[in-house]
Amino acid sequence: MITTEATKERIQIPLAEKTLSPERIAYLEGLVSQARIAAAVFTQFTQEDVDRIVKPMVLAGLEQAQYLARLAVEETRLGVMEDKVIKNMVASEFVYNYIKDRRTVGVIREFPERNLIEMAEPIGVLFSLTPITNPTSTVLFKCIVAIKTRNAVIFSPHPKAWKCCSEAVRIMYETALKHGAPEGVFSCLDTPTLQDNAYLMHHKDVGLIDATGGPGVVKAAYSSGKPALGVGAGNTPVYLEKTADLNTAVVDIIISKTFDNGTICASEQTVAIDDEIYDAALQKFSELGAHICSQEETKLLERTVIDPQTGFMQPMAVGQKAIDIARFVGLQVKPGTKLLIAPIQGVGREHPLSVEKLFPVLAVYRAKSTAEALQVCMDVNHAGGLGHTGVIFSRNDEIIRKFGEVINAGRIIVNSPGAIGALGAVYNDLVPTFSFGCGTGGGNSTTDNVNIYHYLNIKRLARRTQNHMWFRVPNQIYFNMNAVENLGQFPSRTTVIVTNPVLEQIGHVDLVRRHICPKTHVHVTVIPDAEPEVKVINEAVETLKFYKADQIIALGGGAVIDAAKIMKLKYESPDADLEYLAAPFLDLRKRVVEYPKDKVNVARLIAIPTTSGTGSEVTPFAVLTDKQRGRKVTLADYSLTPDVAIVDPQFVLSMPKGLIADTGIDCLTHALEAGVSNYASPYTDSNAMQAIRLAFKYLPIAFEHPQDEEARCMMHNAACIAAMAFSNASVGVNHALAHSLGARFGIAHGRANALLLPHVIAYNAAVPAKFMPSPFSQGYIAHKKYATVADLLNLGGRTVDEKVANLIAAIEQLLDRLGFPRSIAELGISKEEFEKAMPELVKNAFDDPSWRSNPRMPLMTEMVELFWKGYQGRGVAKPAEKPELQTV
Amino acid sequence: MATIAVFLTVDEQHAGPALQQAAGRIDREGGELVLDFSTVRRIDASGLRALEQFANAAVEKEVKVVLRGVKVNLYKTLKLVKLAHRFSFAKHIEES
Repeated sequence: MITTEATKERIQIPLAEKTLSPERIAYLEGLVSQARIAAAVFTQFTQEDVDRIVKPMVLAGLEQAQYLARLAVEETRLGVMEDKVIKNMVASEFVYNYIKDRRTVGVIREFPERNLIEMAEPIGVLFSLTPITNPTSTVLFKCIVAIKTRNAVIFSPHPKAWKCCSEAVRIMYETALKHGAPEGVFSCLDTPTLQDNAYLMHHKDVGLIDATGGPGVVKAAYSSGKPALGVGAGNTPVYLEKTADLNTAVVDIIISKTFDNGTICASEQTVAIDDEIYDAALQKFSELGAHICSQEETKLLERTVIDPQTGFMQPMAVGQKAIDIARFVGLQVKPGTKLLIAPIQGVGREHPLSVEKLFPVLAVYRAKSTAEALQVCMDVNHAGGLGHTGVIFSRNDEIIRKFGEVINAGRIIVNSPGAIGALGAVYNDLVPTFSFGCGTGGGNSTTDNVNIYHYLNIKRLARRTQNHMWFRVPNQIYFNMNAVENLGQFPSRTTVIVTNPVLEQIGHVDLVRRHICPKTHVHVTVIPDAEPEVKVINEAVETLKFYKADQIIALGGGAVIDAAKIMKLKYESPDADLEYLAAPFLDLRKRVVEYPKDKVNVARLIAIPTTSGTGSEVTPFAVLTDKQRGRKVTLADYSLTPDVAIVDPQFVLSMPKGLIADTGIDCLTHALEAGVSNYASPYTDSNAMQAIRLAFKYLPIAFEHPQDEEARCMMHNAACIAAMAFSNASVGVNHALAHSLGARFGIAHGRANALLLPHVIAYNAAVPAKFMPSPFSQGYIAHKKYATVADLLNLGGRTVDEKVANLIAAIEQLLDRLGFPRSIAELGISKEEFEKAMPELVKNAFDDPSWRSNPRMPLMTEMVELFWKGYQGRGVAKPAEKPELQTV
Repeated sequence: MATIAVFLTVDEQHAGPALQQAAGRIDREGGELVLDFSTVRRIDASGLRALEQFANAAVEKEVKVVLRGVKVNLYKTLKLVKLAHRFSFAKHIEES
């Protein structure tokens, strides 16, 4: 026996220490030790080993069903022998039928689509208390379920049902042992006492208390601090509704309430009967052997079968025949009376028969309406029956559902006997059990019919899920010089061109107009060349509605195209709430808000960019300014992506040099950030890398020789290609910082990006202080991807570090060549002013969603550092630490 | 210190007697004992009790007991009955 350590610890239990002798403690320790060893041995068994033991146990239960039932009735003097035979058979055969093909060892369930596997871990040692009302059936059930789940059980039967229970345990144990179960897997306390129970309930080697019994036992189990399945009293309300099949309902109620003399705690207690059928129902009950009590007889019953002190049923009545109760109470009833029916006028202490009565006395209530019937049922439910069982007889599905809604019960039995229905698998498809979970209403942790899964620790083996990724862009992109000619292939009744005043003045609108399909009615809406405002959008939407536009052409830079995206959204779905749609999100596919799918209008959106930077013609983003509320709203959804993009360089030839540089660096930053993003994929990488190559090659030429059509064309393509990359891989911390910096000090977006870009590359290339959780990325590879970029650009270098340093140097040179200021200080912002702005800069940068896909999780202190590096400028952008993680 | 390697080919039926035999050698020889469990697939309750007694005897005689070739499932069983910490394990436990 392995007891030494355990014995020392057990002496710490105050109650047991005071009341249990050392010999008794040694006895109990012996039981626990033996069960613990058995449970440990059991862990080595396979599913096949277990199933080989279970089946003979079930057969033994069936063979001994009558013997055990007779023992139970003789010992407890409760219930009906024939019914107890049925209970024993249900506990064996029906339970087996449910569990036989279920896996309880190793992998028990697999969910390949979720990359999830459930595995079984036995609990170990269970301490099980069994009731007087269903003694042997409960033991059979628990033994079979315990073996199926590889657990050992110490039984503590109700003292008045000890003989029959210990015999049931013996039969199960000997059968199990004969077929290979571990020695000591079941045991039964010889003379169970409250002190024994208390000792075992607190024992450290007991894994679970499974208490089926009265409220005291259940409360003790839950008070022990141990995991417990405590299943106790109920008070089942029944609604006999006017549409019910009365013949069936009355017979079912009699079957249930008289089954084993009403000892099953799920049996019917108070029936609310609709007024319309009340008399007929009582007449039917009477015809079938029930005695309908007069008012005086009901009073007599109340005084005798319910304890006036406690308000609970008198133990002497439990499990007795109706005729015996009548005789004891002094009621004159016909021979063969099965059930005593007591009409009551309400629920509560002043109506004693409205409580649980585990004997064939049934309270009935005449309900004047459905509402009143439901009210009475709820009152009964709350008078000791919470979480247990409810029963309804009705053909009205709406009322059945309403009953299910208002009654708090783990089992709502419909048009069948409550007691046998709740046991499961006989009248319905509930899991077969002899232990009813009553949920929190009954102080339990489950509302389930307790079975094998409650005797297991279920482990979930969750494999890393390779989330589905995507690459979404407009389904048609036309590019290179004169691509605008493709407009002619899009038929339209009415087209609205959205543009800005300058583009209209320089003739771009006319150029577009010339290529629109003939016979198309064309209207031009001119909006300011600035981030779109709500007011401007709303006015433009009215125009779209007025002309019943079926095509929108957005001709302009990012601001105009963004405006057109939002106009389309509001035109097609006028109820779209932009503020709501702009709610923050972490993962586009799991976002809380949904963009409208129902459209009252439909219009094709064709985007023709007139700058080479934002790439808005292919992105799912749009920024809106709400001047009234003083804030910007960023919308992001693939439904915003234009249907067609026309990337024609002739529309950008008039761009000034400064804008060429600013938008070009914006394009390069998009590509670099998408390239190292946690959402990067081979699809986005191909775009990002190509955009970087094009930008490095053509941006200096486009800047220095704006008339070079090839360079301008390639930069226009580069901007679009980079945008395709970041539309799907997103950007990073550079953009988060630049948005904040630009907004605070009025710095153009491309310029703000440029001021931070070398520092951000150095930052991302270093070993992160904090890694970004991302199911998409495999190890930390940002530094390697920068090195790949350096290789692509033929920048030289032997090691990853050297290549990253060379990339940073090349970007510095490019920025110099484009004439960018190389520090924030150069913009005339004083150190004091910058320092003062820092909290706001960091707060806004951290609120910006752009960094969420950054490979390195930026800490706020790191953002401060990056801002200061940007302020100080060149010479500080070097990789801070050597990357050590070469995991890919 | 003498080292005795006791190679046991025990299974459910023979773990107890084999361990009792090994316990006898503790009395006679002392030192370090190596019990080879590489052929033990499963151990039953009597085997675990014998192992417990063996551990007690080893402590009494100040003999270090090393278990070799213990399979992972058996190691789990030893952990569950709180026996694992009472022994040393040679190299790593083995796959079942």
